[in-house]
Amino acid sequence: MSIVTSVPPPTVPGAGVQIPLGRPSSVPGPFQFIGRSLRTLWANGKARIGLVILGLDILVALLAPLIAPHSPTATTFPPYLSPNATNWFGTTGNGQDVFSQMIYGARISLLVGIIAGAVATFVAVTIGLIAGYRPGIVDEVLSFATNLALVIPGLPLMFILAAYLKSRSVWTIVLVVAFTSWATGARVIRSQASTLRTREFVTSAQFSGERLLRVVFREILPNMTSLVAGSFFAAATAAVMAEASLEFLGLGDPNTVSWGTILYYAQQQNALLTGQWVMIFAPGLAIALLALSFTLVNFGVDALSNPRLREKS
Amino acid sequence: MSQVPNGQLASGKASSVPPVVVDRVSKIYRVRGPGSGTFTAVDNVSFTIPPGSAIGLVGASGSGKSTLAKMITGSERPTSGSIRFGELAVESLHANGLRKYHSRAQMIFQDPYAALNPLHTVAYTVTRPLQNFLNMSAAGARDRVHELLETVGLTPPGQYAAKLPHQLSGGQRQRVVIARALACDPELLVADEPVSMLDVSLRAGVLRLLADLRANRGLSLLYITHDLLGARVITDEILVLHKGKVVERGPTKYVLQNPKHEYTIQLLDAVATPFAAASR
Amino acid sequence: MTALLDVRGVNVVYEPNRGTRIWSVREVDLALKEGEFVGLVGESGCGKSTLGFALTRMLRAPARLENGVIQFDGVDMASLSGEALRRQRRNGFAIVLQSGMNALNPVRNVEDHFADILKAHARSGEHHPRAAVRRRGTELLGKVRLDPDVLAKFPFELSGGMRQRVSIALVLALEPRMIVFDEPTTALDVIVQKAVMKTIQELQQESGFTAILISHDLGVVLESTNRVMVMYAGRIVEDQPSKELVRGLHHPYTEALLGCYADPRAEEIHLAGIPGSPPDLSLPVSGCAFASRCPLVQDICWKVVPPLAPLGGGLAACHVRAPSDKVPGATAVAAKVAAGKVAQT
Repeated sequence: MSIVTSVPPPTVPGAGVQIPLGRPSSVPGPFQFIGRSLRTLWANGKARIGLVILGLDILVALLAPLIAPHSPTATTFPPYLSPNATNWFGTTGNGQDVFSQMIYGARISLLVGIIAGAVATFVAVTIGLIAGYRPGIVDEVLSFATNLALVIPGLPLMFILAAYLKSRSVWTIVLVVAFTSWATGARVIRSQASTLRTREFVTSAQFSGERLLRVVFREILPNMTSLVAGSFFAAATAAVMAEASLEFLGLGDPNTVSWGTILYYAQQQNALLTGQWVMIFAPGLAIALLALSFTLVNFGVDALSNPRLREKS
Repeated sequence: MSQVPNGQLASGKASSVPPVVVDRVSKIYRVRGPGSGTFTAVDNVSFTIPPGSAIGLVGASGSGKSTLAKMITGSERPTSGSIRFGELAVESLHANGLRKYHSRAQMIFQDPYAALNPLHTVAYTVTRPLQNFLNMSAAGARDRVHELLETVGLTPPGQYAAKLPHQLSGGQRQRVVIARALACDPELLVADEPVSMLDVSLRAGVLRLLADLRANRGLSLLYITHDLLGARVITDEILVLHKGKVVERGPTKYVLQNPKHEYTIQLLDAVATPFAAASR
Repeated sequence: MTALLDVRGVNVVYEPNRGTRIWSVREVDLALKEGEFVGLVGESGCGKSTLGFALTRMLRAPARLENGVIQFDGVDMASLSGEALRRQRRNGFAIVLQSGMNALNPVRNVEDHFADILKAHARSGEHHPRAAVRRRGTELLGKVRLDPDVLAKFPFELSGGMRQRVSIALVLALEPRMIVFDEPTTALDVIVQKAVMKTIQELQQESGFTAILISHDLGVVLESTNRVMVMYAGRIVEDQPSKELVRGLHHPYTEALLGCYADPRAEEIHLAGIPGSPPDLSLPVSGCAFASRCPLVQDICWKVVPPLAPLGGGLAACHVRAPSDKVPGATAVAAKVAAGKVAQT
């Protein structure tokens, strides 16, 4: 009996696949990863629009002191003015410039949206990964908690929490929003982790002597990055809307300037009756556009993980 | 390639690997939903893997061979019976004990496309067991990694070390899986259908590699397959499994030439080869 | 007899993203007569499944048919689309997929599946009352060796082999004249594979439809078919009657492939592999694609693509084994190699 084989492949031109050398070391570095992701996102039509809007919002928020013509809180103008040369969006009932408020308001909306989204995603990933990776009692307990959080209506819970909490600051809102919106992400991440857990490369890692945390964070999580990114953008969208809702209902800090508080004051000061439709329209549109931009970028994130959705440019 | 006698290395020395003794092992799963409450995957199976030998577990899907493999490597626990690796009781290993056992008993998986993390390079995959079990640093392990890649036929090793799985063919990936399994010089290799997902032209190479490893290192090999040709080429003795029970066992060549149980006959009959077709 | 399926110059290109074009099928010509059972054999990436999909117009973006004529019973298939193509699927050609058993709707029973397919492809004015559906269903299930009580079952109540037989029976409902079987048994248990293949073979002999069996397993193909085509790197490199493939001289790739099989019961076993790997199909390949791995390679092999030329009872694309008159110098090269071999022995 014989097994006849030859030496490894001859390197004749045209023979075999000429494979270019890949990246060194293990999981690609964060900057290369972000760079590559941004390029793929930009290639997707919908994501590109989202990125543009988001980019503009971030720019406005960062450069607020330079762009805003006046101080947002100074009550130096005559109240209830319609849009005019000095006050492009008119003034509030307290004599504040609405345009400047809009510009500074971008900061809060973005801040809350991104940070609350990030915290919610962090909680979702932690709970989802642990529940997905450890079947049995751990999974049962965490899944039950997730389902409970899903079933409780988010907005009313937010209202109650915000109403009862002593401090009224932006951070309260961030925490409240994050606390109520982690459940959907956790559920999705749990299923994906549960599927990945049974994949052979995870078993293989265990045979390589990897410990639990290493398997979860270096084997499973890197294969779920687009899912996590998608969860983040979804959570950020929800956070922006939630923040606006809380502020609008007066459950936020009335002294901060955000798009939600503009709407709050517009409502308090009967902007519709005074004909100041810009004061209602502008913040509403801005909130909607920011939320939309996150959703549009999410389309691109889908394309990151599913190459078939990538558009050919 | 000459047949290496049981337990002897190609150099003539006797293998110092402990024997694996599987004693009356059963695995019964509880089934939820309609129908009966239990499913017996493995039913009272006993056999021994003598030091340095190659044993084949042969059967179709559902025969229990994969479950048995998982129990022998400690990934699953038997419902009853015992599995001893020398003095070690495998069925009662937990956490740290299990980890240490993995440095001595390794597994080669069926699907080369799923057994490697798509984001890790070859070097990373092969280095990890060295870091975990032998406490080598990544830099210190580099020479050993190159040596392992050469052993499995991936030369020049420097070129392959930096590659990612999607840049490799099925046969090359399987060699990486084998290199990883060999990293800590295991005493037992459990190969679960290692070539069934490879093209036929690639199988001989991988089979030869496994046969050489066994002859040169004296490790014990448990070869699990439904492919009787592979079993014939690599193993000394086979056990035919059907619905969790051993229905026939004996020296490989003898069993294949003189099958007695009807299931073995069915299995042989199902292996269509071009030469068999010609003689019809 | 005129060919039922006449294929000329078919090329399929696959473009997963901008800048990459992979030619999965290159310049394929073949002709099938009514009632033939042909096997299409090759390893991963040779293009056999892609060709099967191209022939039945099942290609989806980013793969597409580029050039080529596909004539089915005189009708140019490549130009059909939409409703005309759909109508051609009745009484025309059909495909049974590797995971066809997973294509069954899990919440409908087998009888509903039959009703659905008969209704979808009914000619105008045709009605299918339940009784007729049941009768036809029983008849078709019988053809695939299943009992009539399977009609009432749901897919999850059936084994993999049974589900694959059901999907074949559903295809038969359309009375196709040609069926392409794309690895129909690969996903099944090895013993069930044998039984299902036997049924397919008997079915083909009884019903007389033309069949193409696509498989990576040469043994399965040689057992069931009467003609075999071997594919490598997107081209057909050999086309022989099945019985002749295990004897005599053949294309070096075919011979190498045969060397990878052996009877496990034989006294002495010689098992071989094929060193090297297939060429990168995203690059143009000059000359014979097998040249880098061929033990008989000559200078001409690197430069000129060998056309299919007579060898034994069929055709082969090899300058050395089957030199073609159309290639200048090929005959001389082949003679030289043959003489060299004679001198060695």
